[in-house]
Amino acid sequence: MTHARHAAEFVAHTERARWHDDALWYVREKRDTAARRIPEWEPLREAAAAIKRHTVAHLADHLERFEQNAQRLGAHVHWARDAEEHNEIVLELLRERDVRRVVKSKSMLTEECQLNPHLERHGIEVTDTDLGERIVQFRSEPPSHIIFPAIHLKRGEIGQLFHEKLGTEPGLEDPTRLTQAARAHLRNKFLEADAGLTGANFAIAETGGLVIVTNEGNADLGTSIPPLHIASLGIEKIIPRSADLGVFLRLLARSATGQAMSVYTSHFHGPRPDGELHIVLVDNGRTQLRADETLRDALSCIRCGACLNTCPVFRRSGGYSYQTPVPGPIGSVLSPSRDPEAHASLPHACSLCGSCSDVCPVKIPLHHQLLAWRGRLTEIAPRSRLERLAYAGFARSLLNVRRFRALAGLGRWFLRRLPRGILYHRANAWGRQRELPEIPKQSFRDAYAAGEHRERR
Amino acid sequence: MRVGLFVPCYIDQLYPRVGFATLRVLEGCGLDVEFPSAQTCCGQPVANAGFPREARPVAERFLEVFEPYDAIVAPSGSCVATVRHHYRDWLGPSEALTRTATRTYELCEFLTDVVDILDTSGLTGCFPHRVGLHHACHGLRELRMATGSERVVPTEQHHDKARRLLDSIEGLELCDLTRPDECCGFGGSFAIKEEAVSVRMGLDRIEDHEHAGAEIITSLDASCLMHLNGLLRRRKNGPRVMHIAEILASVQETA
Repeated sequence: MTHARHAAEFVAHTERARWHDDALWYVREKRDTAARRIPEWEPLREAAAAIKRHTVAHLADHLERFEQNAQRLGAHVHWARDAEEHNEIVLELLRERDVRRVVKSKSMLTEECQLNPHLERHGIEVTDTDLGERIVQFRSEPPSHIIFPAIHLKRGEIGQLFHEKLGTEPGLEDPTRLTQAARAHLRNKFLEADAGLTGANFAIAETGGLVIVTNEGNADLGTSIPPLHIASLGIEKIIPRSADLGVFLRLLARSATGQAMSVYTSHFHGPRPDGELHIVLVDNGRTQLRADETLRDALSCIRCGACLNTCPVFRRSGGYSYQTPVPGPIGSVLSPSRDPEAHASLPHACSLCGSCSDVCPVKIPLHHQLLAWRGRLTEIAPRSRLERLAYAGFARSLLNVRRFRALAGLGRWFLRRLPRGILYHRANAWGRQRELPEIPKQSFRDAYAAGEHRERR
Repeated sequence: MRVGLFVPCYIDQLYPRVGFATLRVLEGCGLDVEFPSAQTCCGQPVANAGFPREARPVAERFLEVFEPYDAIVAPSGSCVATVRHHYRDWLGPSEALTRTATRTYELCEFLTDVVDILDTSGLTGCFPHRVGLHHACHGLRELRMATGSERVVPTEQHHDKARRLLDSIEGLELCDLTRPDECCGFGGSFAIKEEAVSVRMGLDRIEDHEHAGAEIITSLDASCLMHLNGLLRRRKNGPRVMHIAEILASVQETA
């Protein structure tokens, strides 16, 4: 099903669509306020983009340096070519240690790899510990936003869910008390867990350390109690030096939520004295993306979600309309490289307004990449023959002014004379909720040639 | 200076009055303006729908037609952005492209940056209306005709070329919007492919202008206005729409 179909369903619930739009616009405004407190915001974006571009250009070197340094610190480093390999590596590590229960903090990579269902199929209980993620996990849904996984749900729905799952009193909607209930529930999960799974926001080549930011401290608790910590990350998470971290941390939370800093910025340099740290570095299509000059910059993404919040289409169509682990503009750039046919509608779920490119803290030219995808997908994914013929014919008519004038004139003639019933046929998507423009008798060129302009003077 | 008037295909066919308004404004500045009758379209509608290969010869033709002019002016930020920024992707770099791309201007941009109308003849007439300015996205974020709300620029360096022109008009009162530069949802083929979201975006824009008390919604791009006006006419009430060239031309006439 196309994005447009899902989006139409979402937007049909006007009240919810409006509230979703307002909620995310509020975050966009918080981001604006936070960014404006930094006078050097634009140079900071430039610096971040340059560091990422450099890193991606020399990716193999930085990855090897990271591996050596991480091993020196006592961590084990694994390499996964794709999602299956990643899932197998994680499962194997858990099985070898007879792990039954794991707690997991937020990681878009494990969503991308579909790790949870894989582990569950093999009898391992996975508890997502980020509050939003736990909420959607209770509902057997994926996250609808990379920063706010349950942004599509209202307080009342969460109250009802917690009543069913956690036994809170019916009708409870107070966010503080709902959070307290989740906290008590999660505390037990943390204590019972045999392993903590995390993603990582940054991997520092120079030191071999990982940096994870959260607002809830769930990654810290999840890696402090169980003896085994497995961190899964895409190979693009590398940054060369510790000194680069400041550039990204200043941009990340401000772009994501409008906070100056996330509540917890935790550094993991090697395993705990009594524990094990395994780092799984995942490719899963990233090397292929790196080889693509037009799309390469998408590897700079730090998953802040700012492009989702600013996107006027995302705000009004919801995360699920994209049917991908990462939705919104960045998701629409990344997903077609995995499966062009399945995601062929995503680059068209965009009015090309360009707000995403201007809000992006690492300056990914998202709307230009989406435009580039449209052209490519025409070549590789099926387009309706009628559409192809129509555009090819239109383009040809633009090459000959007499033909253009004749065809356009004929079009206007018909539009002026066709009865409303035919003009506003179901197939006319423009006319479903909009009037067609009032069609003038004469085009500009004809009136100009007839001297209307000179007469007026 | 020999000015070539570039009238985008849909303005030619659907909004001739916008073409004439542009012509009158430019001639009002004492310029020698010609409409090269061989022109058809810049190719944007074809490329943005996902057919850049088919758009290539259209772009080549555009460069030929407008080659003789010192300046090429169009009442559309979107079509100008195509020539200035996207032709390079379709055609690759060339001297002919650079020559034309750097001399192609959106009307308000031309009036402020090249003609400097406010310092020379000025906009002396009046227009006693409350106007909401809809920032067309490509003028804003591709041509950088104003400081977008996403960008962090010191207040004293903020600029807005269209607003500066409108602000100088006697009697014209600009309305303050809650979301000053959100997209209206036209987006070319987007308006058809994503009809539901496109319409929602348009209605939200109209509501913002209405709350701000706009009698007239204006924009640099007639395409955004075609979409908004389509919604307004279906509803049969609300603000009127006018292309910015029409406002400028009517001001010149009252002078």
